Amino acid sequence: MDDRQAQNFWPPLAAGAGLGLALLGMFLFTGHGLGANGFFTRTAVWLSDMANPVWAEANAYFKPYLAKGHPLDEWISWEIVGVAVRLVLALGGGVLTGFGAPLARGCTSGLGLSGGAVLAVAAFVFLIAFFAAGLLLSALTRRLWQ
Amino acid sequence: MNFPLENSGMLAVLVAGFFFGYFLDVSGLGSPRKLTAQFTLRDWSVFKVMFTAIVVAAAGLWLFDVIGWLRFDALKIQTTFFWAMTIGGALLGAGMAIGGYCPGTSVVGLFTGRVDALVFMLGMLIGTTLFAANFKALQGIYMAAQGPKGQTLAALTGLPTWLILLSLAGLAGLAFAGFRLGAWFENRDGGAISAKELSE
Repeated sequence: MDDRQAQNFWPPLAAGAGLGLALLGMFLFTGHGLGANGFFTRTAVWLSDMANPVWAEANAYFKPYLAKGHPLDEWISWEIVGVAVRLVLALGGGVLTGFGAPLARGCTSGLGLSGGAVLAVAAFVFLIAFFAAGLLLSALTRRLWQ
Repeated sequence: MNFPLENSGMLAVLVAGFFFGYFLDVSGLGSPRKLTAQFTLRDWSVFKVMFTAIVVAAAGLWLFDVIGWLRFDALKIQTTFFWAMTIGGALLGAGMAIGGYCPGTSVVGLFTGRVDALVFMLGMLIGTTLFAANFKALQGIYMAAQGPKGQTLAALTGLPTWLILLSLAGLAGLAFAGFRLGAWFENRDGGAISAKELSE
């Protein structure tokens, strides 16, 4: 492990205040909040277009994204080998997240955090479901994290 | 002053993105063990960081609005689609409980050298493609129970402007009670996971 990781984490209140100020600045400059999921949707669109352009361009959800162009980065590597439980769970969690975020029209940052900052009802509906499901499911997986 | 500046240029996004990633990283939320420990109630960092960020940003926006420097109606405020957001939120909660990440923290995890973050991202690409493939069949759920356009908690409750301040103070009070409860759970289970413990 490198030195950076051995440093202590910031207290949650300080880090949260910093994150809140970054969010505030983003709203003041752009009029919207921050989101992380857009990049993954763009990448999924781009990969689908590479693999099966006819299907991707006919798809009702992907089509508007294709008109916006392709993601700049191509850093996703496919060299994933391993059967460790941790990786299978990471993949499964990723699939749920990849399905859930476009359904909810945003992710933890884009809808939960950014929507929360403008006190959108939508954000609090999302956050309540997010924490409720997480609490419920962690009861089944918690021993994997000991 | 006339905020927002409607400047969605590369620089604004890059600077905000930098601070976003930086504060997630220094709070330890790039670690799947800290994220999943929230849901076992051992480590309340996710709740504390998110709630503090929401209250700070909301209070700042409110302040700018009161001074008259902000056109609040020019901000992006999401419209509620109750079932899509309930099911989607639950899927992200389940995804984080199982996979250890959300979209934003998986990026932080990857850049601090975690392979499982990359696998999580691969899963997200599969999930999003599955969503798109079934987009027509999902239309019913996707559009169900649509709320008023850009509805805020203030609009929902019908509170006048001066009461918005009180509701913010109430949120802060709730957060404080949440922190106290969180600290009690943390101490019961051996305290928050420190960086030192993760590097051992």
